[in-house]
Amino acid sequence: MATATRAHPTTKTYWLIAAFLAALTAIEIAISYVEFLGPAQGVLLVALAVVKFFTVVAVFMHLRYDVRGYRVLFLFGIFGTLVVFAAVLAAMQAF
Amino acid sequence: MAVATDDVFEEYEESTEDRLDRTRKTAMWIWLGSEVFFFGAMISTFLLYRNSTNGGPGAEIFNIPFTSASSFILLMSSLTMVLADSAFSRRDQRQGRIWLIGTAGLGLTFLAGQIFEFTEFVDQGLTLSTSPFGSAFYLLTGFHGAHVAIGVLMLAMLIAFSLQGRLSPDHGMNVELVALYWHFVDIVWIVIFTVVYLIQI
Repeated sequence: MATATRAHPTTKTYWLIAAFLAALTAIEIAISYVEFLGPAQGVLLVALAVVKFFTVVAVFMHLRYDVRGYRVLFLFGIFGTLVVFAAVLAAMQAF
Repeated sequence: MAVATDDVFEEYEESTEDRLDRTRKTAMWIWLGSEVFFFGAMISTFLLYRNSTNGGPGAEIFNIPFTSASSFILLMSSLTMVLADSAFSRRDQRQGRIWLIGTAGLGLTFLAGQIFEFTEFVDQGLTLSTSPFGSAFYLLTGFHGAHVAIGVLMLAMLIAFSLQGRLSPDHGMNVELVALYWHFVDIVWIVIFTVVYLIQI
């Protein structure tokens, strides 16, 4: 691919990443049933979701291996979403 | 001299094709960035209304084991999609087609699960108009389901093109663009699964 700056992962890497994602999902589900964690439960679940999210984006969507410009475009979307979220909360006087 | 001219034109055509691929891929990333806004706004809305049940059913009706299985299915469809993309980039049409069929099958299974889930929720009294919670929930998960359905249609088109021999090795970018879309649908569900289903605020 002309746009690629680094070689894409091997098939074996894709399987390993899928196993990693499946394990994280299993941990997520287990954590959702552990009630004594309190507020830490939400923090842990969000942290695991963030790791899964960026693992798929980096490896399966090849963002880690493609040109930097794509990363900027996508991160701009995420940053914009956080701004929208803050704006919605402010509009609803949630602060 | 003639040979040299041909070489120049061939090189020019190659670079034009590469540039076109780059432009299409850039356009896809810009669109995905805008889709992040779209789903981000809907997730924000859901979070604001998640406790506005108007006395109707709320998050307690979620069937976590069932949705966990659906989430796992969609997650694994990302694996089959990336394997399809990888096979097509190696010019292995047959292997690529098998993984595409697998991805479409997993996508359809996820959609069937979502239809079953919606039917169960409606039976328990949660409809689009029951409460702000119901509206926000169905809009968010419904739009995501619509994206999965569109993805399955695109996969079906790729499979049909491949069977007709219209998906030549030079059209690898088509598979890559559909793969990007499919993985995006998966990462959106990763967030929805955690924020909507697992976190009980």
